[in-house]
Amino acid sequence: MDILAFLVDGLLIGFVYGLAAMGLTLIWGVMNVINLAHGPIIALGMFGVYLTFSSFGLHPYLALILVAVAGLLFGMLVYGVAISRVIDAPHLSSLLATFAVNMIIIGLATAQFSTTPRNVDISLGSLSIGPVTVLGTRVVAAVGAMLTTGALYLFLYRTRQGRYIRAVSNNRSAAELMGVPSSRILALSFGIGTMLAAVSGGLIATFFPFTVLSGGTYELKSFVIGVLGGLGNPIGALAGGLVLGMLEGVIPFFTSTAFVPVIEFVLFVVILLVRPQGLFGAKQ
Amino acid sequence: MKKYRSTLFFIFVLFTLLVGACTPAEPATEAVGGDGGGSGVETEETMEEVTVTIGFTASTTGKYNVESTRQINGLRLWMNQVNDAGGITLADGTVVKFTDKFYDDESSTERVQELYTRLATEDKADFLISPYSSGLTDTSAVIAEQYGKVMITTGAASDSTYQKGYTRVFQTYTPASRYLTGALDLLAATDPDVKRIAIVHETDKFSTDVSTALNDYALSLGYEVVLFEGYASETTDFAPFLNKIQESAPDAIMGGGHFQDGSTFAKQLFEKELDVKFVAILVAPPEPTFAELGDAALGIIGPSQWEPLADFNAAAAEAAGMAFYGLSSAEFTAAYEAEYGESPSYHAAGGYIAGLLLQKAIEDAGSVDPDAVKAALDAVDVITFFGHMKFDTSPENHGLQIGHSMVYIQWQNPDALEKQVVWPAEGASAETLFPLP
Repeated sequence: MDILAFLVDGLLIGFVYGLAAMGLTLIWGVMNVINLAHGPIIALGMFGVYLTFSSFGLHPYLALILVAVAGLLFGMLVYGVAISRVIDAPHLSSLLATFAVNMIIIGLATAQFSTTPRNVDISLGSLSIGPVTVLGTRVVAAVGAMLTTGALYLFLYRTRQGRYIRAVSNNRSAAELMGVPSSRILALSFGIGTMLAAVSGGLIATFFPFTVLSGGTYELKSFVIGVLGGLGNPIGALAGGLVLGMLEGVIPFFTSTAFVPVIEFVLFVVILLVRPQGLFGAKQ
Repeated sequence: MKKYRSTLFFIFVLFTLLVGACTPAEPATEAVGGDGGGSGVETEETMEEVTVTIGFTASTTGKYNVESTRQINGLRLWMNQVNDAGGITLADGTVVKFTDKFYDDESSTERVQELYTRLATEDKADFLISPYSSGLTDTSAVIAEQYGKVMITTGAASDSTYQKGYTRVFQTYTPASRYLTGALDLLAATDPDVKRIAIVHETDKFSTDVSTALNDYALSLGYEVVLFEGYASETTDFAPFLNKIQESAPDAIMGGGHFQDGSTFAKQLFEKELDVKFVAILVAPPEPTFAELGDAALGIIGPSQWEPLADFNAAAAEAAGMAFYGLSSAEFTAAYEAEYGESPSYHAAGGYIAGLLLQKAIEDAGSVDPDAVKAALDAVDVITFFGHMKFDTSPENHGLQIGHSMVYIQWQNPDALEKQVVWPAEGASAETLFPLP
């Protein structure tokens, strides 16, 4: 039987799920903010690549660099305007603030682009080995996700700014006492989280058609991955994404695809009960 | 402190005056469009002109935005044409004009429930047109029946809506049970040796109804259904499905759902290079933007409620021994293109036919009385630019469309993709591209 084809497809999409979740878990882990604008930002990343490709002819993978920079700046702007004032307020306030950003982005994007599906017309061909056929765009997206994870890991563990982010994540008050500029670090964290979401959206756009509402699916998966992999840990997010992708790929081999969300969310509840810090999260 | 309060008071008064100056004289309404005042049948000065209010919701936002917008464009085109021509003159000399009252339903069932109740009660709409999609229409039909309003449904093909004992809901689309069965007839006519088919479909109401009916029909014709499975509406990654299809080795794939999942499925099917001879999927292929898929669109077949190529006109109706009503396909296409600058899809034609049928019923009834219009709709049996229109009047299936049939299109010509009608044979504009390139 050709379970290998199911497994490979699942793992390849799992890398992208992991990247999409990384931004959400970073913001959640460092700032204790659940970013409900995560999905629309993924959709903005998709549109960023689509518009630079269709309007200016820029290659989608080069457009990703622009999308990353724009995502970082946009995230810092959103933090300054909507999040910074409620960062110390009860969780519900930041939840409502990000929900408002979510509604604003979806409203403006629907007015501008409608919900017509868009498609970045790029093909890198496919490679068939026995029963397994892998698409070039999916392989590039998986490699891109791995490189981004590596870069984020190095940034968090090998740079001063990264150490500041981890310090603020562990204990903001103590970090402030040590002279860490926490406001700036929080803005940077939100910017990086947004950047990761936008880049993942850009990568997804190279192989799936999308609309302004497409980010919602990845936002939901990102919550599951956040619980699976633990918060604020890029390796954990990537591993969580791979687990989710693998489940989505392999379950249909054994049973109806209708059972995929059932099994996923049963796993979600089990992890919450047995290991609430996630598979890769440290004990609180 | 006192000075501070005075300043605040001054700003408040200034603000109130400014807001007052900016507010239009008309009372504010939450409606996102339409110019009807919700006054029901208005008898104007001469007592010979009545204005009929048509109520409906449109998915200005949400996932049905594209199809719904086109549907409303079609309906508006009909209304503007009738009003610009001076309205409908009834046998007793009364002139009937139309106005509309509509809201954005956000593609949401909850909003439809709330808004149709509002249209029927507060806005006092005289007649209702359905929203787009079977799910939303099913919700609105309950309310139409509850408040005794005649509703013409369009963009909604599920059979089950008309099997609930309703008496005032009338369907313009070919119902789901006959939506894809013609594709099997086409396949049988093209290659009788093909016997293995896979049916994969979106799990919403409409697509499930279509696929279940298709499955039953396939089994009755002796086909072997090697895979019958549904996918969630938000599915973007069809890789697990395509692997399953590959495992079951069908000759033909049928099913699908709506535009987004259908076009995604077609694209990934092409990329996976699956060895199948025939693919027919719902909704997406007839849309002009399906051609943006490029080579992935080539050879894909889709059922369409209406196509400009299928030319229904007075001469064709006369040849069939039936009455023709309204404008021809060519006239509708030209008027729509002039108004909106794009070719009409079948959603747009569906919007127009809903209005045209209401017009025909009012003319036949000679009145805008709901009972008389309902009786006139029961008796409709006519060819229009949209095709044959006739409703089931049995208590079990009242309002179900029994006259209209689907046409099947296929994208052909790899150098410059173009739609061709390939079924039914008598209306075909080209031979079927078979097997799939």
